[in-house]
Amino acid sequence: MNPHGTRVLRLDALARVEGEASLHLRVDGDTVTETRLRIYEPPRFFEAFLTGRGHTEPPDITARICGICPVAYQMSACQAIENACGVTVDGPLADLRRLLYCGEWIESHTLHIHLLHAPDFLGRADVVALARDQRAAVERGLRIKQTGNAILEQLGGRPIHPVNVRIGGFYRTPAPEELRPLAQRLRQAREDALETVRWVAAFEFPDAACDHDLFALRDPGRYAIDTGTPVVMAADGNGRAPSDIPLADFGQHVQERQVPHSTALTATLDGRRFLTGPLARYAISGRWLHPAAAEAARDAGLGDPLAGAVCDNPFRSIVVRAVEVVHAIEEALRIIGGYERPPRPAVEVPPRRSAGAGATEAPRGLLYHRYALAEDGTLTEARIVPPTAQNQTAIEEDVRRTVQARLDRAGPAADDEELTHLCERAIRNHDPCISCAAHFVDVTVERT
Amino acid sequence: MSGRVVVIGVGNPLRGDDGVGPAAVEGLRGRVPDGTVLTVSDGEPARMLDLWDGADTVVVVEALRAGLARPGRLHTLTAADAASRTAGTASTHALGLGASLALAEALDRLPPTLVVHAVEAADVELGAHLSEPVRSALPELIDRVAASVRQAHGRDGEQ
Repeated sequence: MNPHGTRVLRLDALARVEGEASLHLRVDGDTVTETRLRIYEPPRFFEAFLTGRGHTEPPDITARICGICPVAYQMSACQAIENACGVTVDGPLADLRRLLYCGEWIESHTLHIHLLHAPDFLGRADVVALARDQRAAVERGLRIKQTGNAILEQLGGRPIHPVNVRIGGFYRTPAPEELRPLAQRLRQAREDALETVRWVAAFEFPDAACDHDLFALRDPGRYAIDTGTPVVMAADGNGRAPSDIPLADFGQHVQERQVPHSTALTATLDGRRFLTGPLARYAISGRWLHPAAAEAARDAGLGDPLAGAVCDNPFRSIVVRAVEVVHAIEEALRIIGGYERPPRPAVEVPPRRSAGAGATEAPRGLLYHRYALAEDGTLTEARIVPPTAQNQTAIEEDVRRTVQARLDRAGPAADDEELTHLCERAIRNHDPCISCAAHFVDVTVERT
Repeated sequence: MSGRVVVIGVGNPLRGDDGVGPAAVEGLRGRVPDGTVLTVSDGEPARMLDLWDGADTVVVVEALRAGLARPGRLHTLTAADAASRTAGTASTHALGLGASLALAEALDRLPPTLVVHAVEAADVELGAHLSEPVRSALPELIDRVAASVRQAHGRDGEQ
C-alpha cells in the first residue's frame, strides 16, 4: 500500500452487473469510511419522455427501459393506468399476464443465477470460464432460460420488448392448445430448476447478515408477483406482522432524494434503509410458495418458509432466486392447466381525468409506476420508482459491511484487487438492473 | 439449397448511436434474399446463442464505443477479431458480443460463419437520435451487410 497519501484505482470490473454503474470506496486505515454507488438510471429520462403522450403508450415505451425485465415495466404501467381509469383486469386475462410475468422471472433469474452470479461462488472469472469446466450446469441454465423466453415469445409476440401487451389486456390471446407445447417444456424445466436449487445450495456462502427493513408486495394466499399490497417488515420486528403501505400513499412513505454522486435518486422507507427483491419476498410471502418450491427451499437450507423463515444473508439470495424459479415454473404450469380463452383479448380502458398507481414484483424487486391523466388520456405526469434505486442505500451498506468484515479479519492484508472483487460480489447479490442498455462499471478504491 | 442466414442488429434504438444495429436491420428489409432472418437483440449472450442456433451464417451489426476516435468509421470483423476487440469495453454491450462469442465457443455453439459489421459510435445517451457521422455511415453499413448476406447465400448456392 502507498503510505504517502491517497491512492486511487480505476477498474473496469463489474461487467457482470446488469447495467452500468461505478463504485467509489474510501478506506481510511482499517475502516471503510465511504461507499458510493453511482448508477446511471434511465427512468428519469423516460418520465419526461412519457409526459404529453397518450395513456395507451406507457406499456410499449417503458418496456424499453430494461431489456431484462420489460414485462415488469409493462405490468406496472398497465396496472397504474387501469387504476387511474377505474378498470380492473381479472379472470383469464389476469392469468395470462401472470403467465407472461412468470416467463420473465424464469428468464431473468436464470440469467443471473447461471451466467452472472454462480461464477462468484465457484472462483471463476465469468460464465465462459464456468462453461469450460461445468458445462452441464451452464447448459442447464440456458435450457431453463430458453423456456422462460418461449413464454415471452408465445404471449408477448417476441422475446424482447413484448409487443402483444396493451392497456386492458393483450392484442391477441392464445388458444389453449397453443400453450400446450409450453407446458411440455415447463415440465422439463422444473426438473432442471430443482437441480439448480441443489447446485446453488451446495455453494460456499460467506458469513453475512443484513438488517435492512424488507419491502415487498403481499397478497395473502399466494406468493405475490403481480398482485397485492406493498408491506414493510421491520428488520427488528421480531415476527411482528408486516405493515401495509397502501399504493396510494407510496410516495409519502418511500421518499427519494437526489444525491450528488448519482443520477439516480436514492430512497428511504419511512426514513429507514430498506431492501426489496427476493430476500424481502421470501420473508414476506414464503408461506405461499408452491409446495414443490417450499420443499426445495427447506432442503436448500433456507429454513421453513411455511413457518415464516427469513434469509438475511445476501449471498444466499442466489438460492432464493433458484427457489423462485421453481415457483414461477409451477405457477406457469398451473395457469396453463386451467386456462380458457377469454371472450375478448382486452377490456376497454376509457381515459378520464385522474391519477393512478401500480406496483408489481420485478425479478429484482418492487417496481412502482404512477401516472396522472388529463380528460382525453394525455399523460400529465409520470413517476417510475425502480427496485435498484430503492435498494441503492442497502447495497452500499452491504458493500461497507462486506469490506469491513474483511479488513477486520486477521491475517494478510487485503489488496485492492481482493477488495474490488468483494465489492462486486456484494453488489451482484442484489442483481441490480441498472440500465440494461449498455454495461460499464468502474470500481474505484481510494485508500488514505 | 440455401443455408440459414441470420442478421442480428444489436442495440437499443432509444440510446443514440447504440440504435445503429436495429436501424441497419430496418434498412435491409426488401434488400436481402427471401429466407434471410432479420432480427434485433439487446446482445445478451444467451439470447444471442438462441438467435444463431441452427444458422450457417450469422451477420451481427452493432455500435462500438470507448476509446475510439472516429465516429462513423466502419469495421468489418471476423469472429476471432470480434471476440478480442469486444472483450473489454470496446463494444457498447460489454456483456455482449465478446462474451457471446466466448461462451458459444466454450459450448461448441459458434456458427460456421460469423461476420460483424460495426460502426464507431459518437453518442449513446438516452433519447438521442443517431449522430450525424453515424447516420451518414448508415447507407454504407447497410450495403456491407447486404453484401455479406448475398455472399453467404451465393456461397451456399455453389455447394
